[in-house]
Parts: sequence; structure tokens; C-alpha cells
Amino acid sequence: MDWTVLDTWIIVSGILAAVSCALLGNFLILRKMSMMGDAISHAVLPGLAVAFLITGSRASMTMFLGAAIVGVLTAVFTQWISHFGQVEESASMGVVFTSLFAIGLIIIVRGANAVDLDPGCVLYGAIELAPLNTVQLGGAEIPRSALALGAVLLINTLFVVFFFKELRISAFDPELATTLGFSARLMHYMLMTLVAVTTVACFESVGSILVIAMLIVPGAAAHLLTDRLITMVLISVAIAVVCAVGGHLLAITGPGWIGFSDMSTNTAGMMAVVAGALFTLALFGAPRYGLVSRWLHLWTLRISILREDILGVLYRVEEHPDASNVEVSSVLLGNAIGAGALDIRVAVCQLLRGGQLKRQGTHFRITGSGREKARGLVRAHRLWENYLVEHLHLAADHIHPTAEQLEHITDTAMQDQLVQDTRQPDRDPHGRDIPPALD
Amino acid sequence: MNPGHNKHTRRRPAGVRRLYTAALILLGLTLALPGAEAVETRSITDTTVALPTVEKLVRVLSFDDYNLRVVALGSMMLGIAAGIVGSFMLLRRRALMGDAISHATLPGIGVAFLVMTSYGGSGKFLPGLLTGALVFGMIGMGLVLLIRTQTRLKEDAALGIVLSVFFGLGVALLGIIQQLNVGHAAGLESFIYGKTASMLASDAWLIGAAALVVIFLATIFFKEFSLVCFDQDYSNAQGRPSVKLDIIMMSLVVVVTVIGLQAVGLILMIALLIIPAAAARFWTYKLGRLILIAALIGEVSCLLGACISALAPRIPAGAVIVVVATGLFIISMIFGSARGVVHGTARHRRVRRTVERQHLLRALFEWNEEHAVPGKPATDAVVRSGMPLGELMQEQSWTHGVLRRAMRRARRDDLIRTGGGGRVQLTIEGLAAAERVVRNHRLWETYLITHADIAPIHVDSNADQIEHVLGHAMVAELERLSASEFPGRVVPPSPHVITRTARPAATGGGT
Repeated sequence: MDWTVLDTWIIVSGILAAVSCALLGNFLILRKMSMMGDAISHAVLPGLAVAFLITGSRASMTMFLGAAIVGVLTAVFTQWISHFGQVEESASMGVVFTSLFAIGLIIIVRGANAVDLDPGCVLYGAIELAPLNTVQLGGAEIPRSALALGAVLLINTLFVVFFFKELRISAFDPELATTLGFSARLMHYMLMTLVAVTTVACFESVGSILVIAMLIVPGAAAHLLTDRLITMVLISVAIAVVCAVGGHLLAITGPGWIGFSDMSTNTAGMMAVVAGALFTLALFGAPRYGLVSRWLHLWTLRISILREDILGVLYRVEEHPDASNVEVSSVLLGNAIGAGALDIRVAVCQLLRGGQLKRQGTHFRITGSGREKARGLVRAHRLWENYLVEHLHLAADHIHPTAEQLEHITDTAMQDQLVQDTRQPDRDPHGRDIPPALD
Repeated sequence: MNPGHNKHTRRRPAGVRRLYTAALILLGLTLALPGAEAVETRSITDTTVALPTVEKLVRVLSFDDYNLRVVALGSMMLGIAAGIVGSFMLLRRRALMGDAISHATLPGIGVAFLVMTSYGGSGKFLPGLLTGALVFGMIGMGLVLLIRTQTRLKEDAALGIVLSVFFGLGVALLGIIQQLNVGHAAGLESFIYGKTASMLASDAWLIGAAALVVIFLATIFFKEFSLVCFDQDYSNAQGRPSVKLDIIMMSLVVVVTVIGLQAVGLILMIALLIIPAAAARFWTYKLGRLILIAALIGEVSCLLGACISALAPRIPAGAVIVVVATGLFIISMIFGSARGVVHGTARHRRVRRTVERQHLLRALFEWNEEHAVPGKPATDAVVRSGMPLGELMQEQSWTHGVLRRAMRRARRDDLIRTGGGGRVQLTIEGLAAAERVVRNHRLWETYLITHADIAPIHVDSNADQIEHVLGHAMVAELERLSASEFPGRVVPPSPHVITRTARPAATGGGT
């Protein structure tokens, strides 16, 4: 791999584009309008095409203007169709952007001879070629695209910094925004305009997939990692930078890893791939909203309920007149509670370690402290059964599952309340004794 | 069981039957096309952009061209299948799901190509490529569902993430493939924009077979799918496997998307899934008909699109198909007989006119009541001279223009008369009509006071809105409830003091 000044400029353009998109993307995510980014980035095609046909060049303000107008029109048309036609918003968005894209495609193909523009370039961009087109600025050769992207980044940063409060309020509570005296609708259209402008600036250098990927993915990953908007914006910017650098490195070296040495591939595509990889990391590993922590949380909850269920089963066995003949193995526990063998083993281990259970050969017996705990549970269970029959008029054969769930979240105060609200606090609807309260 | 419910239960199987028959008719129509023998294969790389000659036009319109017949057949079947599946997606509020799925198929095509070439295959073996697309489409769909259900991110973000990341991966793979020294690699790009004109007979049969499967499954699962679309909880409560049905439905979307890739390309495939269904919704409120109309719109757009692009081969067929579909969508949105804008506006205007007329009649009636001398009939001199226009203006918050229009229409129907001095009075017919309106108004007010415990001073504005929409059954019910208070058909007295809406004269002007 030989690094050239071109590579540096590719990465710089990539970073500028990615950060510009990510800044706006946060607010699209929060306003549940991510697909608007997708729609606009597809729909600006006719705007670009018409501007190209009129001016015959790829480097003009007309292009920005054409695309920005069509971008805003996309938002407006979507609104119209969903309002006048009573079509669901996502469907009307789909109608609008695919139609505009088709029109743009036709214009481009028809005018392709006259204009140096092909749909592929629009779609995947040509970030690799972007640095070749340079301008002189203060004695240094700077790629024109980097300059344009830098300008867009500046605009977006200023927009987010100056309107941070307004953006935040209108993202979370548009009605509040209106009562506070600024129009959430105005913020909406400003955001849409900037998305369109950013999309156009990025098109030229990095293509539309990168726009969509960078609009949505960094913000989405950041949203999984934090609850604070300002942190979310900063994280998304960091992710965007990593995507740009990593994407280019991967584009140069990646094909070698899967057996195609001496090859490089599309940087924009690889930036999207890196973004996807980072998102996957966040998806699984995020401290609070990640899948792993979520599953872990659910699993610990399930085990703690299982522990209580095991104690409950053993307590009920002891209640039985010929309790000494019944021997409870872990298989029996699994069958009685309906839990998997692994879960049962973990729960039993925890109970043994906590001294609430003791092992006798292959069987288990409840200890003193375990019995105390189980008594509270069984008491709560039977009090609830009484309550359900008495106040909700449920049949006696329908109350067990509900009581089984409620027993785990009933403390002594609630038990006392149940005692007060039921007529016979010492016998449940099935005729079994309700154990007395703990001392 | 009430008669309405009975009717409803009888209709459902009929809907399925109709759907099935119509699907068969559509099929017959499409299969009849390639009947004649192939005569000549016209070059599809023809680059002329000039207007088509008459000869060419005739050839296209008579489907004399074997190539065109294949293309037309294939894309029509695609349109039908997309219309059917799209209808369910639209009702399931997942219109953009097709967007994510179709983008997600691109890396599948790339991977399939790489795998097939590395095992010495041709790499462009279509069933192989489509299998790759199918697998990745399914993975993409699964990821969308995973992100949506398991994290705090919403559907829109899930769709956006999957589509952009998968598409990026696909583009990166295509970037590698283009540098390989295997021929024909460039052809893979046709999956992005579609290349309808290059459709082979075998492709058309593949699309046709897949479309048949879709139609068949949509027919046998019609009831289940509609249940899941409209009320998933109810479907669960009925003991139907909603999740499995959902997966079948989504898999149909993936299948349709994949077979459409070659014809219209992955970006425009989204349009075929959304636009026909969205357009069909303007024509009907019934699911069975919605699906039929969506299939028809999909079919017509594909057929017309294929024909137009055969006339002008330089225009990408996929884009033409979408533009035709958009045209049909716009026509449907404007002229649709169920939710169309024109229809809706007309209905809205009818309601508004009724409301204005009833307000006018009630105002005149109440004025008569107020000015009638107690003990004398309503033929008293003051009453007969009519209500002054100025007072009428104060009655409701209407502009001069609205009032004048309402009066003109009422006069035309002989409900009111205008006397000298700008006074307005009811005719005999007008009096009868006004009695009905006032009676409805006051019955409702009485109901609100006695049954909803609303203070008499607050009932007027509510009754003002309700009086226009009370049906016969409702009026009968209200009469029954207050029968003891107002026996017979007389107009009940107002339960509250009638106050004028009294708009300030300064702002009372209007056009």
C-alpha cells in the first residue's frame, strides 16, 4: 500500500461529508424521519439533472439550487399527498421519491450525451476522483469538492449550534415548540433544506449511499449509546470520522483480505460498511440499550423469579401431608415450573450458595431462611387469589397464573392491604391455609 | 344477529372468490399475448431517439415482436404480483419495507457472483444470482425486524440503517467484481437500474411462476392476511399464528422484489410495490377490490411502460414504468371514486351546503318563535313580514357571501321568501323543513342536558354540530327517550335562552 496525497484528500473529503451528514442525521432520527433523508437523496436526481442540462457543468450554484429546490419539494409533496389523499406518510414518501428518481433517471439517460454525468456516479459517487479537480487557494492546491464540503459542514455546524435549543425542542415536542413561539414547521423545512443541500454537496464527491448511510447510521448508533442529545451529537460526529478513515483504509486493503490482492474498491461503499460494523457493535454492546445488556437483564430477572418459584414449590411440597415421601430433584423442579435445565441449575446454585436450599443426595430441601422467604411468597400468592375472586369475580380455576405473576412484586405493605381488602385472610379460594405474615 | 352483520359475513368469501376469478382473468389476458409465432427479433440496442415511425408503432401495439411479447408478459406478471403484495404492505403500514429489502439484495448478487465465479461457473447464472439476492433480502428483512422490536430505534431508522449499509456493501463488492478479469461483470449493474428490454423468455417464465405463487398464496391466505393487516391483536386472540403469517407476507415481498430486480431494477422496484397499492386506495374501501385494482394498475403500468420503452429504447424501461404508474397514481388521487380529491371536495361541499341551509332555516324559525305574540298563531303580522337581514347576519358566524349564497339556494328551492325591506321569511315548505331541523337540535340538547349532565348554557354549540348528522334511527331513539316531555311531533321548546352568536358588526363584513 502506498499512501499518496490523494489518499489524504479522499479521507479529508470523506470526513467532511460524513460529519456534515451525521450532524443533521441526529435530528432526523429523533424526529422519526430517517427515511426522509433516503427519500431526499434519491429525489434530488431530477434537480441535479435539470441543473446539469441547463448549465452543462457540474460545478455551479445552479446545481445546488436545483437540488435544494427538489429536496424541499420532496418534503412538500409528501406532506400534500398524505394530507389531501389521506395516504400514510411513509407511503406518500415512497410514491414521491421513486417517481422523482425515475424522472431524473430518464432525464439523465436522455441527456447523457450532452452532459458528463451518469447515474452510477450519482449513486455511488466517485470520491476517488474528487481530489483530482483542484482549485488554488492561498497558494495551496485544494480539491474543489473538499472546499464545497467544508462550506456545507460549516453551515450545518452553525445551524446545529445556533438552533440547538429550537432543534431539540422541536425534535422531542413540536407542540411545545409552537407554544414557545417558534415554528416547528419552519425548523422542519430548514432541516429538510439543509439535508437536500448536504446531499448535493456529497453526491458530487461521495455518492448517495454514503449520504444515506452517514445521515442515519452514526446518529442511530449514538442514540443507542446515550440519553443526552449533546452527547449523542458528539458521538455521532466521532463515529462519522471513524467511518471515513476506516472506510478508505478498508477500501484499499479490504479486497486483499478476501483474496483479491492488488485491488481496491469503492470507498463510499466501504464507509457504509464500516458504519454498519460500528452500528452492530453499538447494537450488541451498548451499556443500556444494547441487545447483550438487555438480554442479560432479562435473564437475571428470569433467574430471580425462578429462584422464588423453586422456593415456592418446595414450600408447597412441605405443606403436603406426606411430605417426607416426596423427594424433589432438579428434573422435578424443571417439570413443575416449566423452565429449562440450565436455568434451573443456575437458580439452584444461587439458592445453595445463599443458604436457602440444601442438597441431600440428588434431592433438595428448603432451609430455615428459605422457608421464611417462601412463606411470604405463598402468602402473597394466596392473598391475591382471594382478592381476584372477591373483587374481580374470576373463577377459582382462572386465578393461578395471575397470582403467580403478582406474587413476585408484592411486598409486605401490599400484603397488609390485601388482608384488609379481603374477607377471609387465612384461607384461599382453593381451601388452603394462607401462611401468617413474617414477624 | 343484526342484518348488517349477517350481510358482512356472507360477503367475505365472495370477496375471495371475486379476487380469484379476476386473478384468473388477468392471467388469461397475459398468457394470451405470446400466442403467435415469433417472426423477427428487433435489435434492442437501437439508439435512435427520434419519434417512432408508424410502422414501428403498429408493430409495438400489435405485439408483433417476439421480444416485446416476452417483455410485456414478464413485466405484466410482475406488476400483478407487486400490486397484490404491495396492497398488504401498504395496509400493514410498511410501505417502505420494500425499499430496505430491495437495497439489501445487492450484496447478495455480488456474493453470488463471486462464489459462482470462484467455483468456475459463469457468474451470471440468473437463478444463482437471484438466490443470493433472496438470501440477503431475507437477512435484511430479519435485521429490520430485529432492530425495530429489540431496540429503542424506530422503524424508520431500522429501514435506513439496513438499506444503506447493505447497499454500501453491495457497491463495494461490485467495485471488486469490476476489477476481476472475468467477462460480463459489468452486466450486474443492470440490477440497480433494471434492464427490461433484455428480458429472456426464461426470465419471463420465472417471473410468471413466482407471480402465480404470490397470487395463489394471497388467495388462500386472504382472510388471514387481512386480519393481520387490520388488527393483529384480534388475529392473535383468534389463535392464528400472526407472526408466521407476517413472515410469509414479508417473504412474499422479498420474492417479488427479487424477481423484479432484473426488470425494473432495485430502486424502482420500490415504486412498483408502493404506487399501485397507494393509487388503488383512492378507488375503494374494500380490501378485495383494493388488491384487484392494485394488481390492475401494476399490470397496466408495466405493460404501457414496456411498450413505450420499446418505442424509444434509449429510455430505461424501469423508469418509464414508474412514471406511468405515477401518472395513474395522480389520476387516481384526483378522480378516485372513494378517496379521490374531487370526490372528497364535492362531498365536503354538499355537507357544507346542507349545514348552511339548516342554520338559515333554524335562525328564521327561532326568530319567528321569538316574535310570535303568545296566544296568537304564527301568522302574526310581524312574523309574516319576516326577519331583517341584519339580524340574520348576527345569527351565525357566517360572512355576507356565505349567507347570500345559502339564501339564494334556499330561495331556489322555495324554502324562503324575501320580502320588502330586506326581510326574509319561511315558506310553507321552509317551515316544515325548519321544524325538523329545530326539532333535531332541541332533542339533542335535551338529551345532553338530561343524560349527559351538561349545563343548559353549554349544549347549544354541540347541538349545532350534531343536528345536521342525526339519522332517522337516532332521531327516533331521541324521541323515545324524551317522549314523556314532548309528546307528538311538535317542536319542543328550547331548553335554554336563545342567544345570538352576536359577532361585532365591525368584523362582520365579508365578500
